[in-house]
Amino acid sequence: MSERISVAKTYKLYVGGAFPRSESGRVYPVADSRGTFLANAALASRKDARDAVVAARKAFAGWSAATAYNRGQVLYRVAELLEGRREQFVAEVSAAEGAQTRRAQSIVDAAIDRWVWYAGWTDKLAAVLGSANPVAGPYFCFTTPEPTGVVAVLAPQRSSLLGLVSAVAPVIATGNTCVVVASQDRPLPAITLSEVLATSDVPGGVVNVLTGRTAELAPWLAAHADVNALDLTGAPEAQRVELERAAAGTVKRVLRTPTTEPDWSAQPDLGRLRAFVEAKTVWHPVGV
Amino acid sequence: MTNAPDANDSALASPAGSAGSTGATGAPGSSPWEYAPAPESRDIAGLKPNYWMLVDGQFVEGTGEPLKTVNPATEEVLAEVSTAGPADVDKAVKAARRAYERVWGRMPGAERAKYIFRIARLIQERARELAVLETLDNGKPIRESRDVDVPTAAAHFFYHAGWADKLGYAGYGPDPRPLGVAGQVIPWNFPLLMAAWKIAPALACGNTVVLKPAETTPLTALVLGEICQQADLPPGVVNILPGAGDVGAELVNHPGVNKVAFTGSTEVGKLIQRSVAGTGKKLTLELGGKAANIVFDDAPLDQAVEGIVNGIFFNQGHVCCAGSRLLVQESVAEELLDKLHRRVATLRLGDPLDKNTDIGAINSAEQLAKITELAASGEAEGARRWSSPCALPDKGFFFAPTVFSDVHQAMRIAREEIFGPVLSVLTFRTPDEAVAKANNTPYGLSAGVWTDKGSRILWLAQRMRAGVVWANTFNRFDPSAPFGGYQESGFGREGGRTGLEAYLDV
Repeated sequence: MSERISVAKTYKLYVGGAFPRSESGRVYPVADSRGTFLANAALASRKDARDAVVAARKAFAGWSAATAYNRGQVLYRVAELLEGRREQFVAEVSAAEGAQTRRAQSIVDAAIDRWVWYAGWTDKLAAVLGSANPVAGPYFCFTTPEPTGVVAVLAPQRSSLLGLVSAVAPVIATGNTCVVVASQDRPLPAITLSEVLATSDVPGGVVNVLTGRTAELAPWLAAHADVNALDLTGAPEAQRVELERAAAGTVKRVLRTPTTEPDWSAQPDLGRLRAFVEAKTVWHPVGV
Repeated sequence: MTNAPDANDSALASPAGSAGSTGATGAPGSSPWEYAPAPESRDIAGLKPNYWMLVDGQFVEGTGEPLKTVNPATEEVLAEVSTAGPADVDKAVKAARRAYERVWGRMPGAERAKYIFRIARLIQERARELAVLETLDNGKPIRESRDVDVPTAAAHFFYHAGWADKLGYAGYGPDPRPLGVAGQVIPWNFPLLMAAWKIAPALACGNTVVLKPAETTPLTALVLGEICQQADLPPGVVNILPGAGDVGAELVNHPGVNKVAFTGSTEVGKLIQRSVAGTGKKLTLELGGKAANIVFDDAPLDQAVEGIVNGIFFNQGHVCCAGSRLLVQESVAEELLDKLHRRVATLRLGDPLDKNTDIGAINSAEQLAKITELAASGEAEGARRWSSPCALPDKGFFFAPTVFSDVHQAMRIAREEIFGPVLSVLTFRTPDEAVAKANNTPYGLSAGVWTDKGSRILWLAQRMRAGVVWANTFNRFDPSAPFGGYQESGFGREGGRTGLEAYLDV
């Protein structure tokens, strides 16, 4: 009796809650850490990037207006689904990063726990970053953190899942929507994460995932007038200055990170949550 | 200004009152009361013929071409100010670095605090002198420099002084570190106040400063430098380099600078963001605005008129957060516009040193030309122009308060920052339309809303893409209240706990 032939998966983009192929029709081969062919991933184009920005902008009004409690539950639900796909992620991370199973398991566990950590922040951040301002006059004055808008996330190149989650979760926890350019050579866990998001309660367009060449897509996102912020974590070193300059064209907020990836398993601070929020101060007179 | 008694007040309400708030008596332009001149003495400013830059604790002559600073109300030269050349910028940055490494960066916060408290007190003590000097150099009414600029500048030092030994409680970890040397470039609309906004938090967090005041308004910043000397601030902690944009560019691009803070136009802000790209310098930008001031049909219209006037005519409209786009609900538009015209016609334009003056001089001939050009574009594009019939002085740079109605969103006067006493009036029918029009701008610094309905205020405040929302008030500032913009109005905040982040390595 012959061994069963597995059903191979076609990996596509994730834009506006749907899984389109690249409009360009292009793909590129993705190999595991030993060079063995894994799959063809979509090679996203400038047009795909722009479609993703449109989807992210469309989703922003609803997601940013959701209550913090609701966002927290929606994100926690994602963690529940991640847990259910644990074995699949372990296999993909193991293939992508060349990690032994034990190590891949701990990476996936950390990624799920990271997601839970950020899910819990949604309804606490305003209390920690906001303030009631004791102004010198008869005014009630308060400051509250609000989402910046559409964030382009250049996901970490090495850490295909834990790094990805560590970059994406804080962006959407605060009510932003995002366009993520997945790790160029290790994109498969990002696509599987998209499948989790698609079957979770996260509205379509809140997270959009592009696979392809980071250096090709990043300049379009950095210069796009409807993108409000840019996370440079996975940007090629040689391109960083150019991207920052392009971002200045519309005064984007830019998260600059060291070119070598940090130890993603370390407990994060509030830095990534603070990076993409705007403090809004509201005044009203007090009187009878 | 922040001690105003209630929502009905306005930074522009005439102290003499009768010509003021209701505007119901008298034909537009004719005042029922004649005012006797009430000028503040210019001698109080203690003007000197020459001002030098402050480097390493000493006032020294710069190697740049000296500039003549002009009183925009009379066009007379006030003083000759020595400016910095590239070598001076280098010297100042090195002095700031030395002061940071040897003294200021390692001084306990409690000791830094006492220096900053001293500066606050010295500003209060020399308040009258600073107010008159500010009005001479800038052209703003003495009532504003006396009641807003100078007291708020002192308040910023007082507020931030207290933070210096409490930074561990600010939410950035137990022992947040300073950044080093801050290069700061400020505009001409609030010369002393902007210097205070920049210097106070920088010093409180343990940084040293090289500050470039605006080309047309260097004098009060240099007196603030003198105050730093009187406070016995260690040499090099604060350096002040007058000059034009080239000095600013030299400063922000100097490799010895760790932090760049800029307040000014969006155009220049973008250039600065470009030029510091890749350097790792921490950057905060406070740029232009085109704020919507939204009036609903249930708003108390007389109060709203005061707020609208304050919103756009405060400081001749030279305010980045000015309420320059008035959005009025259609059903009350005509009534409001009538009231507004009547009220604006009572504003007294003239000698900025006169205590009864509401509208002073435009800061420079260049700015006056820009305002004139944009106002002309409003007429050319079909908006209806109304200007106050007030008489303009023969000398100096003045522009009559102007209100454009029938303005459409595509017109330049609805899109571009005019930075002058020019209001563009648009209308809306539904709250959703008001939100859409208010947010239809790449800027996002401030917004105003006038309505009696509390739930609508909060609904609107949530939807405004702006860093500051004033509800039933406008143009309020306080060192404890974070200020700064969304989108192309910049990033980073000044004031409050939030504002400390800009000067900490976090």
